[in-house]
This record gives sequence, structure tokens and C-alpha cells, in this order.
Amino acid sequence: MIPKERPMTRYAPTATLTAALTLAAAPMAVAEEKPVLTVYTYDSFVSDWGPGPKIEAAFEETCGCDLRFVTAGDGAALLARLLLEGDHTEADVVLGLDTNLTARAAQSGLFAESGLGGVTYDLPVAWDDPIFVPYDWGYFAFVYDKTKVAEVPADFEALAASDLKVVIEDPRSSTPGLGLLLWVKEAYGDKAAAIWEGLSDNIVTVTPGWSEAYDMFLRGEADMVLSYTTSPAYHLIAEGDDSKAAAAFREGHYLQVEVAGKVAASDQVALADQFLAFIGTEAFQSVIPETNWMYPAVTPEGGLPAGFDTLVTPDKALLFPAEKAEAVRDAAISEWRAALSR
Amino acid sequence: MAGGAKPVRPGALPLAAGGAAAVAALLTIGTLLAVLARAGGAAWPDAADWAALRFTLWQAVLSAGLSVLLAVPVARALARRRFPGRGLFITLLGAPFILPVIVAVMGILAIFGRAGLFNTALGAIGVAPVSIYGLTGVVLAHVFFNLPLAVRLILQGWLAIPAERFRLAAALGFTARDIARHLERPMLREVVPGIAVTIFLICLTSFAVALTLGGGPKATTIELAIYQAFRFDFDLGRAAMLAGMQLVLCAVTAALAARLSLPPAFGAGLDTSQRRWDGTGRWVRLADGAAIGAAAVFLLLPLGAVAAEGLPRLLSLPAPVWQAAGLSLAVSLAATALAMALALPIALGAARFRRGRAFEILGMLPLATSALVVGTGLFLILRPVTSPGALALPVTALVNAVMALPFCLRALIPAARRVEADYARLADSLGMTGLARLRYLTLPRMRRPLGFAAGLTAALSMGDLGVITLFADPERATLPLQMYRLMSAYRLADAAGAALLLMGLSFGLFWIFDRGGRADAAV
Repeated sequence: MIPKERPMTRYAPTATLTAALTLAAAPMAVAEEKPVLTVYTYDSFVSDWGPGPKIEAAFEETCGCDLRFVTAGDGAALLARLLLEGDHTEADVVLGLDTNLTARAAQSGLFAESGLGGVTYDLPVAWDDPIFVPYDWGYFAFVYDKTKVAEVPADFEALAASDLKVVIEDPRSSTPGLGLLLWVKEAYGDKAAAIWEGLSDNIVTVTPGWSEAYDMFLRGEADMVLSYTTSPAYHLIAEGDDSKAAAAFREGHYLQVEVAGKVAASDQVALADQFLAFIGTEAFQSVIPETNWMYPAVTPEGGLPAGFDTLVTPDKALLFPAEKAEAVRDAAISEWRAALSR
Repeated sequence: MAGGAKPVRPGALPLAAGGAAAVAALLTIGTLLAVLARAGGAAWPDAADWAALRFTLWQAVLSAGLSVLLAVPVARALARRRFPGRGLFITLLGAPFILPVIVAVMGILAIFGRAGLFNTALGAIGVAPVSIYGLTGVVLAHVFFNLPLAVRLILQGWLAIPAERFRLAAALGFTARDIARHLERPMLREVVPGIAVTIFLICLTSFAVALTLGGGPKATTIELAIYQAFRFDFDLGRAAMLAGMQLVLCAVTAALAARLSLPPAFGAGLDTSQRRWDGTGRWVRLADGAAIGAAAVFLLLPLGAVAAEGLPRLLSLPAPVWQAAGLSLAVSLAATALAMALALPIALGAARFRRGRAFEILGMLPLATSALVVGTGLFLILRPVTSPGALALPVTALVNAVMALPFCLRALIPAARRVEADYARLADSLGMTGLARLRYLTLPRMRRPLGFAAGLTAALSMGDLGVITLFADPERATLPLQMYRLMSAYRLADAAGAALLLMGLSFGLFWIFDRGGRADAAV
């Protein structure tokens, strides 16, 4: 009997283990029947205070799928990650690039056309990009405290002439920083360097990203901060504080349009298409204003939340076409660096 | 068995030290090579890169020089004074160094910023405000971070001078100058070069501090250039070239420091705690008091500001922040265990073998590596094997452990050398080898630096944001990441609460380990 018993003792634990695994796998098997749609996005989108959780729940109600977010730091980090992975990426959809990054993204050949036509967007500019689908947008603007700044500059020249202190983001590490750079370039062309030289004594410092800059502004390190015209809405709606405002500039305001795109190598093409179409719907768009604090690409049926009507609305929207933004970037950065290094 | 004094060299140590050094090399040089391979070649630096290199070197030299220069009087004062709260003060001194960058910068601004306490006070007496933005701010912040590290490491050097020497000095009627010449300067000569180079290297890879307080693109460091190359240009060749430049700089300076530092020739003491008979003059006491007081004000005020700001929201922090805190604690403890497993063999190897310097230099390399390059390189190495998101936490723990290695070695190697110099022959003649030697001779002698090193690792790992962003799994955010998320969502009051929690946990971990290491001593 002994030779028979030995295999018993040897295999019994394995059998138990197999049984346990089968039991454990049973509920998983149900979940795995659902296809998984992988969406790459920037980190703040999926945070508990961002739009991600609500959008995930809303989409999963209709898609019969499991929506999985994978995050990278911000829009630029997102594109860098995708380029790093190339065709082997797990992403089906990338959400969170802006128009200053889309030319590079399109050139990579990693994105497929959205195939979405006939959606009417509530954007200040016409939208006919065949690949990228806009989901929200905002105007860059200098935000200030109404109780502290008496004379609000009406353009860059007035700001440069004033003794107001501003904090801005670095165009080499942050998408708002790059937005400001292109704003000045689009508004002033060859005179951009002179504007930057004029601004150099107003700039307290240049931060790596938006969070640091905004934090420094709220601490009183600067009178104004480069942010969005929608920033005061947060203070008004979430904090009941109406002291913040954005300065309207005569030159017009540069736009940031945030977009999503379908990855060409996706193995969930139908779901990816479904998600891109979902972006323009009420369920997605109604979440945006009070989580991402941006304008939704399609205004929800009930309109914008109360408070958004108090925001400054620029007369003129500035935006380089994507290819132009990519083409002028390097020269504009050199110009900026030279002007501010004097 | 005749000739019992024959040196017995256990075979496990070279293996362990070599293995640990290989891990460090894989994470520093290996990841760089992975990025380079993917890029298919490196670019040549342009004019802007050279300008960045010049600024980087200059601010790092200033920061390191000033940190060490200011640390010497503070460490000397702490070494020869006894006062109530001294132990607590020494522990608190560790705090600035272990703070996450962003938290420390905000603390500094609360005191020295345009709207800070200092300028408010100046304004009240009618003096024009002083702006710190620019090279001043960069150096100020770097000194704030690194002065405490320098004080702690130099103080360790002071406390390692055998107590008998001071007794003898007192008996011989040595003046303060004699003591400085015969006891203190040889000790400083041993420890200061290594500490200065460590701080120089920390400042070499500065990015957020240099940028935020630098006032503009004049303050561009190499690390920022790497950042730009990666993100907006996606020029991996350029990123690899710049990262290579940092590594070469690091290796050269570490080798230079190894040549400069001379081991002291004190001989062994009886291993008891010091009592000092010198420094009783009124002026000396006043100077010591001033050094300690100034350091306390400079280092503790910004910490106080962070605490005061975070306190109102600390208890009402949202649940995800607490979850993140738990996760960060686990990662940090894992990183600490790993770091000790890597650092101890390297330190013992560096002390025992003639070619040990090579281990030491290799162990310093993580200081000069760019977090972005390490993250990207690991990403490229691991991706063919598995999904990076699945490994987010283990990878974070490993990278944090390796990143803390240089600090651990800075604390452990001098201690290991002393044990080796003072007791190796005795232990060899007794045939005490292997685990017994480790347990009864080495570990008890190195308990203090081990506790300090473990505390530093745990705290640094707690506040690290470097590599997690590339591997992040959105469901499992660490505390620093969660703090950033609060900031990006405009919730700055909650972010301040999270910053205080982070500071408290980092400091708590540091305190527990450091205290554990000093449990046997009255200091």
C-alpha cells in the first residue's frame, strides 16, 4: 500500500489547489466574458475627483464591457508612452491629448480615423479633424484675485507694462506652458520675443506644471497665474468664493481642445468606435464641467451649470492648426528661452 | 590548525556584495542602455545643453559647498553640547531631507516667499521685500534639503571618535584648537569629501526645485532637458545622451572623492559613549548655541508652516487619501527591507576588499540617474515580459530601494571600515566568520548607521513620485500621487492636509528606525 499512498500525499495538495483555483476562477470567468476596452488617459482624469469614475460607470452600463483606464502623468506623458509602446500598445483609445500634440500623434501612424461624422460640436472653432474627437475645451487666461488686483491688464503689452507679478508654467514640461507660448506666438508673430522680454520682469517664476503654479498663486506668491477662463468657476461653485476672475485679453485667447483618438492596432475596434461616439453624448459631456472644470465639447441639454455664466468669454479664439503648432514649437521655445534668460 | 591568525575570508560576502552591486548597475546603467538601444544611438549636445550643464554644475557646487560649510559648526555644537530635547532635535533635523520636494518647496515659500513670513516681517518694519527666485532660491532650497543630511552624517563622524581620545585630550590639557587639529580635522577629512560629493550629486539631478524657485529658463538643469527630450520631443537619443552625461559626472566625482577622503588613524576605543571636557568657555558656548538656534529656525520654521497649513484638513481627508497612505506605507517598508539587503553587503564588501572602492562608486550611481530614464528603461526591459501596470508596486519598491542606496552607503561604509580596521584582525584570529561575525561583531557596531539608513530609505520611499507615474495603476495610487491628484482637482486645502499626512508618516518611519538604531545610546 505504501507505494500507492505516496502519490496520494504528493498529489492531494495539488488536487486541492486545482479545486481552489477553479473555485476562485469561477467568478472571474464571468467577468472575463466581457471584452475589455483599454483607455489611456492622464492621471487627473481618473482620480476620485476627476471625470473618470462617473464616465466609466456610465459607459459600462451600455457597452457590456469592462472599461479599463491606464494612466500617464499628463497629455505629453501620455503621447510619450504611446510612442514608446508603438504598435504593441495595449491601448484601444487614447484620451487626453491636446491640439498641440495631435500633429505628432497623427504622424506616428498609430491612430486610426474616427469615422465619426455629423457631430455638431460647441467649439469656438470649426472642427474637421478626421482622427481626433474633441471632448472638452477651455481658453487659457491669467487668473487673478479681484480683491487684490485693482487695474486688470487688457492685453499682454499692458501686463508687461504693469508691475503685476505672474507665475507661469514651463513650455518644456507642461501643456498649459506650451499653450501660453503658442498664444503669444499666434497673437504677436515676429514680435513675440519682444513681448517675452517685456514680461520677463513680471514673471516671478516658471513651474514644472499647472498644479505648482496654481498653488503658488493661491498662496499669494503672484498676482496672476496662467490657467483657464473656467478656473474661477471652481472657486465659485465648489467653494462659494467669487473673488477669482480671469483677465480678458484684447488679442483673443488661445484655446486648448482636449481630444481622444482610436488606436489603429486596437483589437476592440467596435468598442473603441462605440466609446468615441459615447464621448459626444449627454452621459459623458454632463460630467465634464464640474470635474475637469473645462467647457464640454457638446453643451449638455440642461445647459452649463449655474456659475459658468459668470465667466469671461473672449471675443476671439486663437488656435494654431495642429501641424503649424508642431512646426513653430521648437523655434518658439528657443525664442522664449533667449528672451527670458537675459 | 596552527597559525590561527590566518585571515579567513568567507565566500558569501563577495557573492552578496557583487549581486547587490549588479542590481544597482542594472537599474542605473542597464536602464540607460535600454533607452539607448531603443533610440538607436545618442545625439550630440547642443549649445542649450552646455548652458544647462554649466548652470547645473554651478548650483550643485554652491549648494554642496554651503551645506557642508554650514553643517560643520552645527554638528560640532551638537557633538559637544547636552541639552534637554537634544535627541528630539537631532531626529527632527532629518525631516527636511525626507520631505517630498513639492511639500518642502511650499514650506520654504511660506517662510521665504514673496508673501512669506520673512517678507511680511520685513514689510512691517518698512523694509522692501526680498525675492528669493533665481540662483538664491535654488541654493536656499538645496541647503534646506541637504544641510540636515550633512549635519547628521558629520555628527556621526564626531560621535565615532573614540571617547578615550577626548578623555586623553582633556587630561593633556588640549585647547579647542588642539582638539580640532588632532581629533576633529582628521575626522572631517575622512567624512566631508564623501558627504559633499553626495550632496553635489543630489543637486545635480534637481529638477522641480531648480525650476520652481529658479525664476525662469536661466535655471535650466540637465534633468529638465531630459524631461523635455522625453515628453515633447520624444527624442530618446538626446535623453540618453543627457542621462549619460549625468552618470559620467557622477562616476568622476565619486572617484575623486574616494581619493580625497583619508581614513583616520585613531585606533579602536572602548566603544563607550563620549563625554566632553572641552568647549566650556563662554564664547564657545555662545557660538554653539547660535549655530544650533540658527539651524533650528532655518530648518524647522518651514516644517511648522506645512504642519499649520495641513492641520485643519488632516482628519477630514477623503477616504482615497487614507487608502493611498496605507499603500505607500507597505511600499516603503518593502523598499527599506530591499535597501538594507543591498546596502549591507556592499558596505561590508567596500570595507573589506582592496578593490572595494569600485563597489562604492557603483553604489553612488543611483544619485545621478534620472528618474525618468530609470522608469523608461525599466518599462522597455519589462514590457516584453509583462504588463507594466501589474508590476507598479514591486517596481516602485525596488527603484526606491536602489535610489536610497547611496545614502545608505554614505552612512554604512565609514562604520563598516571602522569595524574592519578596529576588529578585523581580532575576529580573524578568533576564526569568527560568516553569520556569527555578522551577528556578534558587525551588526551591533553598525546598529546606529543601520537605523539611520533604514529610516532614510523608508521616508524617502514614502515621498517618492519618480517612477510610479510611468507604471501607475490608476486603482493603486500612492500618497504623493494622490496629493498631486488633489492639487490637479483644485483641492489645495485637502492637498495641504495630505502633505501633512505624508510629512507625518515619512517622519514617523524615520523616527522609528532611527530611534531603534540609537536605542543603546543616550544620544
